[in-house]
Amino acid sequence: MLIIKNLHAEVEDKQILKGIDLRVNAGEVHAIMGPNGSGKSSLAAVLAGREGYNVTEGEVIFEGKDLLELAPEVRAREGVFLAFQYPIEIPGVSNINFLKTALAEIRAYKNLPPLDAKEFLQLSREKQKLVEFDAKLVNRSLNEGFSGGEKKRNEIFQLAMLEPSLSILDETDSGLDIDALRIVAKGVNKLRSSKNAFIIITHYQRLLEYIVPDFVHVLYDGRIVKSGTKDLALQLEEKGYDWLKEESREKVISTI
Amino acid sequence: MANDNEIIDNIANKEYEFGFVTDIEMDVAPAGLNEDTIRYISEKKKEPEWLLEWRLKGLQAFGRQKLPDWQNFVLPAIDFQKISYYAAPKNKKKYDSLDQVDPELLATFEKLGIPLSEQKALAGVAVDVVFDSVSVKTTYKEKLKELGIIFCSFGEAVQEHPELVRKYVGSVVPYSDNIFAALNAAAFSDGSFVYIPKGVRCPMELSTYFRINTENTGQFERTLIIADEGSYVSYLEGCTAPMRDENQLHAAVVELIALGNAEIKYSTVQNWYPGDKDGKGGIYNFVTKRGICKGANSKISWTQVETGSAITWKYPSVILQGDHSTGEFYSVAVTRNKQIADTGTKMHHIGRGTRSRIISKGISAGQGQNSYRGLVQIGPKADGARNFTQCDSLLIGDRCGAHTFPYIESKNNTATVEHEATTSKIGEDQIFYLNQRGIDSEKAVALIINGYAREVLNQLPMEFAVEAQKLLSITLEGSVG
Repeated sequence: MLIIKNLHAEVEDKQILKGIDLRVNAGEVHAIMGPNGSGKSSLAAVLAGREGYNVTEGEVIFEGKDLLELAPEVRAREGVFLAFQYPIEIPGVSNINFLKTALAEIRAYKNLPPLDAKEFLQLSREKQKLVEFDAKLVNRSLNEGFSGGEKKRNEIFQLAMLEPSLSILDETDSGLDIDALRIVAKGVNKLRSSKNAFIIITHYQRLLEYIVPDFVHVLYDGRIVKSGTKDLALQLEEKGYDWLKEESREKVISTI
Repeated sequence: MANDNEIIDNIANKEYEFGFVTDIEMDVAPAGLNEDTIRYISEKKKEPEWLLEWRLKGLQAFGRQKLPDWQNFVLPAIDFQKISYYAAPKNKKKYDSLDQVDPELLATFEKLGIPLSEQKALAGVAVDVVFDSVSVKTTYKEKLKELGIIFCSFGEAVQEHPELVRKYVGSVVPYSDNIFAALNAAAFSDGSFVYIPKGVRCPMELSTYFRINTENTGQFERTLIIADEGSYVSYLEGCTAPMRDENQLHAAVVELIALGNAEIKYSTVQNWYPGDKDGKGGIYNFVTKRGICKGANSKISWTQVETGSAITWKYPSVILQGDHSTGEFYSVAVTRNKQIADTGTKMHHIGRGTRSRIISKGISAGQGQNSYRGLVQIGPKADGARNFTQCDSLLIGDRCGAHTFPYIESKNNTATVEHEATTSKIGEDQIFYLNQRGIDSEKAVALIINGYAREVLNQLPMEFAVEAQKLLSITLEGSVG
């Protein structure tokens, strides 16, 4: 589904991704962990096409297409979804109207007519239930005045509504209490299928107790320095990131 | 990928959608403003002597007054002697049905997207069309007549209800109020007149579409709305104008009178030609709008969506004379290219327990300049008066401006006055967030703007709100490459 090859990117002339290789297949959940400033969120931003992130080398192929060539909205319509670390507030635009617009755009891209009001409402109710999203929040302005937890849960609700093939969760667990974390994880688990894939970016192992990944990668200084299974996450929890930093430094030195 | 600058540049290059000229024979007065012109207009309209005298007093007041110098923009020189003060389609008999109306005129309305036939169907709107200066068609008149409601052109009211006109004209906006009001009093062409009798709730939205059409013709409408005790009326005013190369002055006067327990809701969507991207050729919209809540528990509500004109300069105001009367002002003003808006409201609290609410939303793009100017005045007898003002500015790009000039004068220490103000920019973050959900930047900006203006748009009657929403989106159409 997603093939990242030797991806280099910079922000304001500062190199932040220094050669990422990653392959994600349908049905898989990949966790990307790493210390602060290692480039985790930058990777998400580059994949989603955020302005200001310049790819200097490498390529990203998403379902056979050159993802980097596509405008952000086209990537979204193709099925790339980013659950934001800090979801944006848009006053006066109701959550439900926003989703209706988004869904209609995505469907139009696939040459499908927009859902009629009744179908849309039905879908919305169904998905609210699935991810345990508060009906009251559906009609409120998009994220306006939402608590941190409500915003994150809204991201998962949107994910459920838009049914992307690749979902990137950028530190969705940050700022969530344990109950909210459980609900978010439960939602994601229900949405997992053999047809879609998830990239879960997190600083802590905690979320991975609830969303069990197939693979865990450690990002450090713009590179994936170690990959493994869920046991790697446990190891990180126990030993921290320092041993990996050492290891990667040695690796860098040995390549010189 | 689109960035803010591209959006702005594209907004700047957006051509005016409704730029076309209707070719209909006109009866035009020679240019110039003097006693002869006033007599010519008055005679053409077969006015009674008292009205001619009133006009002449207006002319004198105009001669005494100076152009204001306090506004937050440079007032272009206006040669009042170069303007023609009267233009009416030559063929001006009254029509019984749409079939008799000049097909070219109807086509004009088709282009504007407001076919009368459709208007009629839409929630039973009676449309009094002012095409340049003379009323062409008044619909639903009969139905309103049954209820005793008078809805006609100003000129007709002068002929048929002179006692009402004489009693109220100039009672809220005197001929000496300001230079443009004086000009209007002297030279007003036509306009609308509404009278709602005691206890009658007007069953439909009353609507007038104004359109400026003759080159070099100042348009000076005068609207007078009287809501007698315990009555209710909602009045809609919408305007679009064809493309011009020379600036056109528009100095209208609107007077509203609400007697005890009466309510008047006055809504405007203004989309006059704003000028090209260099600001050349747009309309000067210098309007005096004022209402008086004369009786106790009466209410006047102004709602305006201002997207057009080179310069918009107006302050729809309410004099809260009756005890426990309410004044409201809801406004969205959009400026782009080199457009200027200096608008706001005045709430004069005179009676006890009077309340006012002001919600102003300015949107500036390109090199547009948007000023909110408001006065909340609490008189010594206005015990327990309350005002709430919220004044928000939204900036698109870094070459536009937003300015706020709130004035508060309180002579009563039992009054409560609140003022809130915010300034924000459409963030790249917001646009990217919507992009990431499959919505392109152009739609994203339209969505954000409509969301921002929601509180005001909600005040508009349904069909008008849709039009206003469309207008806000059209404003930004083609804004992203």
